Amino acid sequence: MIYWDYAAAAPPYDEVVQTMEQIMKLHYANPSSMHRAGLEAGRLISRSREVCAAALSVQPEEIVFTSGATESNNLAIKGAALQYQGRGRHIITTELEHPSVYESCVQLQKLGFEVTFIAPESSGVIDPFRIAEAVRRDTILVSVMHVNNEVGTVQPVGAIGTAIKAVNPRTLFHVDGVQGYGKLPVSLKEWGADLYSLSPHKVRGPRGVGLLYVKKGVELFPLLTGGSHESGQRAGTENVPAIVASAKAVRMSGEQRVELCGRLLPLRNRLLHFLRGIPEFVVNSNEEGAPHIVHFSYPGMKGEVMARKLEELGMMVSTRSACSSRLAEPSRILLSMGRDIPAALGGIRISLGDSHTEADVAALEQAVVAAVKALKVAEGGM
Amino acid sequence: MRTHEPDAVAGRGTSIEYADMLLLRFGEFTLKGKNRARFEKTVLRHVKEMIKPYPRAVLGKEFGRIYVQLNGEPAAELAGALKNVFGIASISPVKVSQSTLEDIISVSRRLLEILSPAEGSTFKVNVRRVWKEFPHGSIEMNKLVSTPLLQGYPGLTVDMRSPQLELKIEIRHDHTYIFCENIAGVGGFPLGTNGKAMLLLSGGIDSPVAGWSSMRRGLEVECVHFYSYPYTSELARQKVVDLARVLSRYAGVIKLHLVPFTEVQTSFTGLGQDNLMITLMRRAMLKIAARLAEREGALALVTGESLGQVASQTLPSMNVIGRATQLPLLRPLVMMDKSDIVELSKKIGSYELSILPYEDCCTLFVPKSPTTNPNLRIVDKIEATLPGYEDLLAAAVDRTETVQITPYGGEKPADLVPAEAGIKEEWF
Repeated sequence: MIYWDYAAAAPPYDEVVQTMEQIMKLHYANPSSMHRAGLEAGRLISRSREVCAAALSVQPEEIVFTSGATESNNLAIKGAALQYQGRGRHIITTELEHPSVYESCVQLQKLGFEVTFIAPESSGVIDPFRIAEAVRRDTILVSVMHVNNEVGTVQPVGAIGTAIKAVNPRTLFHVDGVQGYGKLPVSLKEWGADLYSLSPHKVRGPRGVGLLYVKKGVELFPLLTGGSHESGQRAGTENVPAIVASAKAVRMSGEQRVELCGRLLPLRNRLLHFLRGIPEFVVNSNEEGAPHIVHFSYPGMKGEVMARKLEELGMMVSTRSACSSRLAEPSRILLSMGRDIPAALGGIRISLGDSHTEADVAALEQAVVAAVKALKVAEGGM
Repeated sequence: MRTHEPDAVAGRGTSIEYADMLLLRFGEFTLKGKNRARFEKTVLRHVKEMIKPYPRAVLGKEFGRIYVQLNGEPAAELAGALKNVFGIASISPVKVSQSTLEDIISVSRRLLEILSPAEGSTFKVNVRRVWKEFPHGSIEMNKLVSTPLLQGYPGLTVDMRSPQLELKIEIRHDHTYIFCENIAGVGGFPLGTNGKAMLLLSGGIDSPVAGWSSMRRGLEVECVHFYSYPYTSELARQKVVDLARVLSRYAGVIKLHLVPFTEVQTSFTGLGQDNLMITLMRRAMLKIAARLAEREGALALVTGESLGQVASQTLPSMNVIGRATQLPLLRPLVMMDKSDIVELSKKIGSYELSILPYEDCCTLFVPKSPTTNPNLRIVDKIEATLPGYEDLLAAAVDRTETVQITPYGGEKPADLVPAEAGIKEEWF
């Protein structure tokens, strides 16, 4: 079996597992306790904050630990909307966002906020001009993802940030960086980002921790109350071992980014080239995208059928993003990019990681050829 | 020149992000003839300290000015740090062009585009020809530059007397400097040019402001903090380290003396003179601080006292407390309103730290009714008869820990509770 679903969850580094184990054994104290054991646990958290801040070139007090990127995105969007509704009640996002952003915005719509969803070009890229056009005096927040989790499109977040601030300097800019961190350069200051979400378990860290960068001076209405944890921005006893291990994963994956991309790019390009050679497929990713995601559709063949066939042949792939892959609905992302319903139903995502080799890709190619051959009879019949 | 208002960004641009260089002007001390060289050298040293985190920035000095060539370092960030250097009156972000007419015009036009002045703004070009071999004279240059600029910006009108926008151009042999904006600096006297004093730094709002005010008048300041573990927490002491770090942003580096005060403070309990507790405690602090001052060569003590604020800051209290030392007691905030002090502390950046709710030793053992009118004779007598009082004071001085604090450093005193012991760096 070969695992091709790094974008859903990446296997943790050995060092991450060791750190988790050692800290779970040694530092079980509650960081809020005032005794020495509590103080030590508290220092582990503050050291983790420093490490994460250094990886993002920001200040430690600008990092909030959450329970995961879903919470980070919820906090960024709903927290900012509730805090700044006095300034205005207009929010801008795109049609390509992860459900945790998209549905937070839909929820806010129900609360009376006005949300503008910007459609991408057919390439999947958001035109910064389209965003700038939509920014108004009462626009309090714009949320755009760095890398699309389904097809790997890279958004020009720097140009988007500049465009937003040129129209309304008070509009906050949130970047969902979950699929971008560890793969692409991150420069929050240059982007003009006020909020940035990151998920350690996508970069070989543990589950159960998310990061949210909150630029100094930006206040969020807390979604969880009940303690002064995380400077009052997020109540709840800190998950000490997972936070320390997350800091490690964030640091390591940041340090190894360039080298990792150097290895992934040739593999991804080879896959793109190969998939384009299969007449049955529509390839939705391209060379401009993130180095670890390759997405294609088999119009007329449900994605899940293709995925099950590939699994039979030893390849674990995903149908679009893990958070929505069990829904038998066409992909919102692909429809938004202008694909038709059959293509949007037949999507397959392959995501690459550290462990993959040329031989693995060759094996995957063989499996894909075999799968298409086997499924050909049922084409269009589903 | 246009004064920089950080809030006035909407609609109009600022040249700071596009600057090649920062021009720093000295403040009021330029008037004082013979100390000038020493003062300028001090400012330069201070500036040098502040640009350390920006290795590509290069310093140059000229009469009345300092130049900081950015070489790609972030201008706004650097200007933000440098405007806090005492003795700097103002900063201008500068675009640098070649000393040719064409390049001067093209860079000026670019600068104007960045500033994007509003329709109807008044405008003036002011050329200074430092390099006399430049083929066009200053008056001629004013015309040669302003004519094409005005053609490109029909919304501008010329006003020679009080323009809203004055484009200054200085032609030199190697380069030409073009600038327009003026960011106000903090002014004051260069750090340390008026001697050294010890600042009594509590965890409150006032003392950091008193420290900053003293530094701004050219005093070098060393901080003295009194802590009473276990009655005060480790966090309270850490807070003072953080406060000293805020002050170090204005000094480059600052010394913090941490005095263990528990024994001295507890020696005052059980005397049956609870209402004098604060008086005795404050006097002990001054006595210890004075000894540290002697050791460090400081000539005054600075406190954050403000007349009438609390019981120990009434005039009779100040009288009795102040007599504990021979050194001059400087109280920069003595006549200020609390609200003004709070405003200043927000500006300095200490406010958010100061309001953290950790008890310091001044809020401990506070009697129900501290006296506002202590009797000096009684206080003297108590101190004279307190067994071992001298030794307690001497021991506190001996056991004082001194830490050098820098703006971006991680310096900290030894932990009272050694909690780092169980933490391994390999985990991160």
